[in-house]
Amino acid sequence: MNRLAAAVVGLSITATVAHAVLPNEQLSDPKLESRARAISQELRCVVCQNQTIDDSDADLAHDLRVLLRERLLKGDSDEQAKAFLVKRYGTYVLLQPPFRPETLVLWLGPLLVLIAGGMGAGIYLSRRRPQTAEALSAEEENQVAALLGGQGR
Amino acid sequence: MKRLLFALPVALFAAVVAIFAIGLKRDPSKLPSVLINQPLPAFVLPAVRPHDAGLSSMQFRAEPRLLNVFASWCVSCRVEHPVLLQLKAEGVPVDGLDWKDKASDGARYLRVNGDPYMRAGNDRSGRTGIDLGITGVPETFVIDARGMVRYKHTGPIAPKDWTNTIKPLMDHLRAES
Repeated sequence: MNRLAAAVVGLSITATVAHAVLPNEQLSDPKLESRARAISQELRCVVCQNQTIDDSDADLAHDLRVLLRERLLKGDSDEQAKAFLVKRYGTYVLLQPPFRPETLVLWLGPLLVLIAGGMGAGIYLSRRRPQTAEALSAEEENQVAALLGGQGR
Repeated sequence: MKRLLFALPVALFAAVVAIFAIGLKRDPSKLPSVLINQPLPAFVLPAVRPHDAGLSSMQFRAEPRLLNVFASWCVSCRVEHPVLLQLKAEGVPVDGLDWKDKASDGARYLRVNGDPYMRAGNDRSGRTGIDLGITGVPETFVIDARGMVRYKHTGPIAPKDWTNTIKPLMDHLRAES
């Protein structure tokens, strides 16, 4: 049991988030560096897809991180720096896809499904026959009274 | 009405299965190039081979050409290499871009495996490759006589890629120019 506890503690100490950004890539200006980090967390690594270039150990991701920092040093705004890569690799590199005609289904699809489902549920509920209890006939009342041994009405 | 309500979820499920089946067949590593029908980005690269002139984007004029991105460290380039040598033998103009590689390593690679390139340029930093939207090697661009990128092939060119896709396009472009 003690061993288990030690293992859990040991693992939780060593289980830190892996960052691929190497010290020699970082900019000396902390403001620029934090901007670079924020941008690179929004950019997809084109080699190991579904990782950001901030996370990825791929050689190309390293090159793109360095390139991004160079653009910022040259005075690019965040949007300009992103546009620089989009011009080369397409909107695919943006992990947050832009709202465009070709991404309409992506953005509005879930809403449409929700509306369709809501309408279906609404129609189903409104059509369901209301269940009202019918009153017993006189004969049935007598039967009930007989079964209850005259204790009823 | 009841029957329709029963069929609806089944139909939806079938549609989702169909979409996923198509999705499974597609290779997500093959990104569409944003350069298609755009001019080849400008570059001037030093030579790979000693006593050679190197490669510049301005040289992609006058006739349709292939631009093949390769590297000495690239394993699948070795798979593709015999196809490129065959293209050279058939007289197809192929130029080479040696990506993220030392020129001396690139030159040795060509010396050992055969040299399919008319012109070859060395992109040591890999920046020209990034300008071209390279995600890995090998990649091959088809560039028309006006210097416009018309097609990009990702991965090694198999003989069937050449006969089915690239050769017809090259023939078409040659007729066009």
